[in-house]
Amino acid sequence: MHDHLLSLLIWLPIAAGIAVLLLGERNIVAGRWLALAASLVALALCVPLMRDFDTHTAAMQFIEKAAWIPRFQAYYALGVDGISMPLVVLTALMTIPVVIAGWQVIDKRPAQYYAAFLIMEGLMIGVFSATDALLFYFFWEAMLIPMFLIIGIWGGPRRVYATIKFFLYTFLGSVFMLAALIYMYVKAGNYSIASFQSLPLTLTEQRWIFAAFLLAFAVKVPMWPVHTWLPDAHVEAPTGGSVILAAIMLKMGGYGFLRFSLPIVPDACRELDGLMITLSLIAVIYIGFVALVQQDMKKLIAYSSIAHMGFVTLGAFLVYAIVRTTGITTGAGMGMDGAMVQMVSHGLISGALFLCVGVLYDRMHSRQIADYGGVVNTMPVFAGFMVLFALANTGLPGTSGFVGEFLVILASFKASFWYAALAAVTLILGAGYTLWLVKRVVFGPIANEHVAELHDINGREFLILGVLALAVLLLGVWPEPLLKVMEPSIQHLVSQAAATKIPV
Amino acid sequence: MNPHLLIAIPLAPLIAAVIAGLAGRWIGRIGAHTLTIAGVALACGLSLYVLKQLYWGGVAAFNGPVYTWLVSDGVHIQVGFLIDRLTVLMMSVVTFVSLCVHVYTIGYMSDDPGYTRFFSYISLFTFAMLMLVMSNNFMQLFFGWEAVGVVSYLLIGFWYTRPSAIFANLKAFIVNRVGDFGFVIGIAAVFSFTHSLSYTSAFAAAPQIAQQTLPVFGGVNALTLICVCLFIGAMGKSAQVPLHVWLPDSMEGPTPISALIHAATMVTAGIFMVARMSPLFEHSDAALSFVLVIGATTAFFMGLLGVVNNDIKRVIAYSTLSQLGYMTAALGASAYSAAIFHLMTHAFFKALLFLAAGSVIIGMHHEQDMRKMGGLAKYMPVTAVTCWIGGLALVATPFFSGFYSKDAIIEAVGLTHRWGGTYAYWCVLLGAFVTSLYTFRLLFMTFHGKERFRDVAAGHGHGHDAHDAHGGHGVHEPHESPWVVTVPLIALAIPSVLIGYFTVGKVLYGTYFGSAIEVLPQHDVLARLAADYHGPAALALEGFTGLPFWFALAGLVTAWLFVLKRPDWADAAAVKFAWLKRILDQKFYFDWFNEQVLARASRAVGTGLWKVGDQGLIDGGMVNGTAASVGWFGGVVRRVQSGYLYSYAFWIVIGLAALLGWFLVHA
Repeated sequence: MHDHLLSLLIWLPIAAGIAVLLLGERNIVAGRWLALAASLVALALCVPLMRDFDTHTAAMQFIEKAAWIPRFQAYYALGVDGISMPLVVLTALMTIPVVIAGWQVIDKRPAQYYAAFLIMEGLMIGVFSATDALLFYFFWEAMLIPMFLIIGIWGGPRRVYATIKFFLYTFLGSVFMLAALIYMYVKAGNYSIASFQSLPLTLTEQRWIFAAFLLAFAVKVPMWPVHTWLPDAHVEAPTGGSVILAAIMLKMGGYGFLRFSLPIVPDACRELDGLMITLSLIAVIYIGFVALVQQDMKKLIAYSSIAHMGFVTLGAFLVYAIVRTTGITTGAGMGMDGAMVQMVSHGLISGALFLCVGVLYDRMHSRQIADYGGVVNTMPVFAGFMVLFALANTGLPGTSGFVGEFLVILASFKASFWYAALAAVTLILGAGYTLWLVKRVVFGPIANEHVAELHDINGREFLILGVLALAVLLLGVWPEPLLKVMEPSIQHLVSQAAATKIPV
Repeated sequence: MNPHLLIAIPLAPLIAAVIAGLAGRWIGRIGAHTLTIAGVALACGLSLYVLKQLYWGGVAAFNGPVYTWLVSDGVHIQVGFLIDRLTVLMMSVVTFVSLCVHVYTIGYMSDDPGYTRFFSYISLFTFAMLMLVMSNNFMQLFFGWEAVGVVSYLLIGFWYTRPSAIFANLKAFIVNRVGDFGFVIGIAAVFSFTHSLSYTSAFAAAPQIAQQTLPVFGGVNALTLICVCLFIGAMGKSAQVPLHVWLPDSMEGPTPISALIHAATMVTAGIFMVARMSPLFEHSDAALSFVLVIGATTAFFMGLLGVVNNDIKRVIAYSTLSQLGYMTAALGASAYSAAIFHLMTHAFFKALLFLAAGSVIIGMHHEQDMRKMGGLAKYMPVTAVTCWIGGLALVATPFFSGFYSKDAIIEAVGLTHRWGGTYAYWCVLLGAFVTSLYTFRLLFMTFHGKERFRDVAAGHGHGHDAHDAHGGHGVHEPHESPWVVTVPLIALAIPSVLIGYFTVGKVLYGTYFGSAIEVLPQHDVLARLAADYHGPAALALEGFTGLPFWFALAGLVTAWLFVLKRPDWADAAAVKFAWLKRILDQKFYFDWFNEQVLARASRAVGTGLWKVGDQGLIDGGMVNGTAASVGWFGGVVRRVQSGYLYSYAFWIVIGLAALLGWFLVHA
């Protein structure tokens, strides 16, 4: 089974998705259970993936390779290392709450809804496990289609504007990446990402490739100033769409920087790291202020996501400034570790927060903060979860939200006092916008008769929030298992990023 | 020392808190309080046992890991304990006060619907505080630091339907986060020099860090920057000016919390932290001067605010601010032991004062305004006597515990040669008068003089019969509280009187702390005081002739004159010095500035960036602008694709001609 574990992880959800589609809307009960079973099996498949993962090597594991398009030397090549494996597991994990959250809520074409999420799960796992650049690109673009449909069909009133904005933004960025990949294919003779990583490139070439990658990945992260599609997409997307968007899709940008930009064009990264760090810090501070004044819960969490993803790009690109300041790479690995942990943690926390908003939205059909107040009086159990996830969102030690931010701040001081100081502003702003939200929505006297009629979460909702709460706490109290998986790959990445590829 | 035993100390309250919090519905009220009290009692017993082992048993300090939190880039960040005499003193104080508060809560919260939740929170707090003081590394210190902050947040907002409570808890958390902002930078700075987060390596590297300069703000000493940043964290947690604003508002929480968290333990975390970091601070005179000036300023000016307030809990809250200022000033004078000693004595008598105030509030049927009290000593004798004991300890009456600690601080600040020392000395000396003034004003207004609650009740009775029926102020007289309330008062009153007398020789002038606190010989003001020390009785007798005592006596006389003898003088003074009263009533305008300037500016910046930046420039200019130009381009292209055959034929001809021309030129 190990020989095809990754293939199973990709194609099993896709096959299940197609099956749900074929069962159709009439057999939706069977379709629903099939969807749940498939997502659970996918997570179960992650158990051998984690158990048999060798934490002592940076090499790709669970590799598969088959001819795909021989004419272009493109292979169906899969494999995971310490950077992609946690993201694969995160994807499998986060699909389950999405399936369960839609259980009684989605009444419009539910079969298609589940099918879209299952197919997307497979495609997203494909993105993280492809070791062939063309295959990666295939998954990368294919993934947009189900998300496009999810927002477009099950979205809110302004869904058409949001979908088109989402699609154009992300597609436009990707096209340039494709050009860069083809350019390197011409030089290297195949599409293997590993061969791109060892391909010598002049500084000029690297700059162009860097720019192409930047467009593709910065839109996905999203980085300032190409972030404005995200709040719109989140606001219009159904709960499940928001969860996947925030928890997994944004991670693809961060993953792209770690997998492509840093190892393939290290010299251009070295030259332009100031730009990356500046944009990251703008994300933390500018977006933090913007989040403060949002009136819509989903928009607030969307902006909060952008600010948190700022830590991912900051941590990833600290290596050059650290080398410039201290002369050695010590500490750079910590920044990248922080970036990775932040991605996983943000996946859990933002997913959970969007689920919380979904719970409220299902009952009140409003996302406006002003329509709420005193929810704790009628939904005490829910309030407990919401406060926990909000505190995790503020980076509270003991929750996963702390680990990544802490590591990035520690590493950034090695690069510059100012990087650390500006990044640490998130402590204040993050607490400000998150807890002010909690104050206005959760606490206080019952604001109106709608809040008075609310009923607390049911077993289904309790289950998904409870599991995520456990994950958030566990990762906060004992992050070492995750770090251990990543360590060799991160060290390898640091050495790649710090090296030069300019031919002499 | 057995590590398992040490792990059990924080774990016992944690487990109790988790069970009471999650299963409170099933185990019930009695189950919840029995379980949590057992957990804290176990922690307290074990702490005292460790204290015995370390001090009398001759056991060496423990410094070891519990588990590896993470390894990143070769750096092992571990959860671990450093248990020396400083730690164990804190552990004992924290668990003892916590135990008293747990018992007291049974009575105080008996009719509250959030009973089990409350017990869960205070046990969770005990866990967090223990993790903070027992830590041997900065990560865990920060964990405990933030965790106590969160529990404080939850407890200030315990009565979550009150708008004032949920405003206060948000404010407390954010102001603390401003401090933590500095704190985390300080930790990152330490890390950048030592590549480790353990105390041991930081302490060892301190003299060497002190030689380095960081290229920020035109070049500052690296250790000074580290110490100032760490101290900014302490300013938030220990409520020093200008980050003190959250503490008075935190009185929105239930009274046991004011006693446990906002007087005795959590707010002293900053004091403890600086003492713990003495090996760092000792090498930076500039940072210690900063500490000294901030502390002394807080000690005097925050005390002044206590003089004009009429809410019994808020007066004690300002007193706490002022006393924390004393502790901070002691740290700044390198008298770390004196700060910790005052922390200990203060924990007992301030917890006592708060719990006594709580007892008064219960007795007065949830009335906190001292103007509606008076003459309560007759109705609540146990509360009155214990409150007087707490008050006498607070004003540093010789022989009481507060005397030994506070007198030492004033003397030590007087002896220091540090920059700002003279200013600090006058602040702490005048502070003695202010302390005495607000303390006796509180005691007189509450327990003596005219029984003003009768006027209030009568006034209510005439005009607002309906309101009176459920207002709780009725005609019934104040009553003494039940035993679960008074027993903790007595339990705290005993150490409030005695603990100074019996421990001053060891803790302050002896060798109790040993190597747990580091003081460079040239800074050691306490050693100079110790040279004149001839036993606690002689020290106390000498205290009657000291300047602080006469200042305190002046405060007593003033309070007596203005409150009991000639209350009309107080009114006259309020009119005559109206400008001063306004400044004090406005609390030096800190809240006004924060709310009207800082908070407004933040929201304005956010709105500006959102409307102008995101919606105007990025979406309006770039995105929809691009869409518009694409639309325009599409319109042009559409015109080209007209569908008419002749048009296509025309374009084909043009195209061919162009291509041919190009080939001709290049061939």
